[in-house]
Amino acid sequence: MNIMELLLAHAPALIVAIPLLGAFLTPLISRVSEKGRNIFAILIVGITAFFVFLLASDVLANGPVTYVFGSTAATVQQSTVIRILFEIDALSIFMAIVGIILSFVAVLYSYAFMHRETGQDKYYTLLLLMTTGMLGMMLTGDLFNFFVFLEITSIASAALVAFWTNKAKAVEAGFKYIVISTIGALFVLFAIALLYGQYDALNMAKIAQSIGISGFTFIDKIALVLLIAALAMKGGLAPMHMWLPDAYGRAPASVSLLLVGATQASLYGVFRIVFTVYGDVISLPSVSIGWILVLLGLITMLIGVIMAIIQTDFKRLIAYAACAELGYMALAVGTGLTIVANADPTITIESAPFAMKAITGGLFHVINDALDVGLLFLVAGAVYYATKETSLNKLGGLARNMKYTTVFFIIGLLAVSGLPPFNGFASKLLIYESTYQLNPILSIVAILASILLLAIFVKVLHAVFLGPALPKFANVSEVPKSMLMAMAVIAGIIIVFGLFPNVIVTHLIEPAANALVNNGAYLQWLTGGL
Amino acid sequence: MIDMILETFETGTGYWHPLVWVASFIIIFLIVYIVRGFGQKDYKKGTGQTQAFLSGNKEYDKQLMHVQASNLYWGWTEALKWVIDVLKKMHTGNVSDYVLWFVVVMGVLLVFVGLM
Repeated sequence: MNIMELLLAHAPALIVAIPLLGAFLTPLISRVSEKGRNIFAILIVGITAFFVFLLASDVLANGPVTYVFGSTAATVQQSTVIRILFEIDALSIFMAIVGIILSFVAVLYSYAFMHRETGQDKYYTLLLLMTTGMLGMMLTGDLFNFFVFLEITSIASAALVAFWTNKAKAVEAGFKYIVISTIGALFVLFAIALLYGQYDALNMAKIAQSIGISGFTFIDKIALVLLIAALAMKGGLAPMHMWLPDAYGRAPASVSLLLVGATQASLYGVFRIVFTVYGDVISLPSVSIGWILVLLGLITMLIGVIMAIIQTDFKRLIAYAACAELGYMALAVGTGLTIVANADPTITIESAPFAMKAITGGLFHVINDALDVGLLFLVAGAVYYATKETSLNKLGGLARNMKYTTVFFIIGLLAVSGLPPFNGFASKLLIYESTYQLNPILSIVAILASILLLAIFVKVLHAVFLGPALPKFANVSEVPKSMLMAMAVIAGIIIVFGLFPNVIVTHLIEPAANALVNNGAYLQWLTGGL
Repeated sequence: MIDMILETFETGTGYWHPLVWVASFIIIFLIVYIVRGFGQKDYKKGTGQTQAFLSGNKEYDKQLMHVQASNLYWGWTEALKWVIDVLKKMHTGNVSDYVLWFVVVMGVLLVFVGLM
């Protein structure tokens, strides 16, 4: 076994271990050199990104990878042994790619964005812990382990939301976030306890198999509801989204970017529970979980855009727009599920092409939303860095002084509104067409929400960047290069994804969509002798 | 790989080719630019030609003319005031209410899924 094969074999563990170790080393390095600490954080996330892409190449070429922590045998003398499994399929690795891109851009951006702040050792430690938790949630195949990573992400996120402790609203937002996260996590834990009590297992594949055999008991239903409700709240679906504008709006811009990834990790949890753990029973005609997701998606889109249009705070406005974008994902995946859970039992997800298109569109929108909304948050951070102002009523004429930032904002604006030829258009086109097959009203609402998103960000473009030069911003200059570079990385990916959607969908999104709907491959380790 | 890059993106009932769109956009831009070249060339910068006509009123200082964010889409927000008021009322900013919404959704889901 050469060194690359060895690294590949242990990549699942290293993806979580490297940022975790990096997090604890950060305060020590901070004592030696502050600049060294910042470079160390970038390096740690860069190495983690290398392992994510290395593992992605393997998973996408050869199918799911299972990594065992602890005993290699499932049972010893008829007793279940203590061990944790990471199960990485195309969906997990797709989400990990989204997470690591956001994390890398966040640390790169932080280099200059946070350099005036005190407590940066804590900041970078928490940022790396958040990355650890987020990636762990995406890679684990164990429900209790998922809960542990959910908690790591939540605690690190709450501390980062309240990072600017001199601002009362930031502390308030952090408090709200930890309350919501704790309550959500408590219900997740309760649901896991119900499933563990019934099936004596914590592994997702094992529980999925047991639910299939038992045939969806009342306890299973309660656990399903608790998991969906709690993770949907953490995933920012309305009407449980209210923590999201507070947290996104008050956190430093680099943290808001990473919060997008953390929110999507929770949404991933919803999809994983519905399609994998409950995969064998969820497509029963009587189980309309698909419609629940569709309704939550619709409400989220509408509330998100209507609330965004009346906002006058730059970041809070983007936060509501981000909320609306989350609605698209729930709508698309719910549509896919609803088409399959049709009264006609002969319909399967494979035989319903629009179901697959809807899920593909929904997953494609996960990465597009992360990039588009992420870029807009970074632009808002750049404007705050340069002007110390976030009120849209007090800003204006900045295009004269911040030319590159303005260009990045326009790219983000066009992409998030779903205008061609940017990435948001390709995923939204898939969503419009597939939701139309279920009910034309769904696609009408989705298109209307996109039009409103365009109107919202045109308002921001006018209010912040256009108009006459304001004397108070006469000395404002462009932000440092590392911040511009971070924005350029995201803008570049947006343009590439927009111009070549076929390549991304074929190589990354469709395998992820297939992994989501075919839980058979995910369950294979049960018969694979591990 | 090149074939895949140039391939049309199938979306179910439709298709989308961004490169064709970009090429069309460039061609249309060039045509518009050429047509623009045929326009009158008697524009004089810094003369009365460039001043805004505000029904005969004097133009204020440009810094005072900037339309602020909260003044944009006034008609739209006024027409939808009844919806916006309901939504504003819903967003109390009180974390107890956030938890209440979670409990409400969970309760509805329990009834919905439990009865199936």
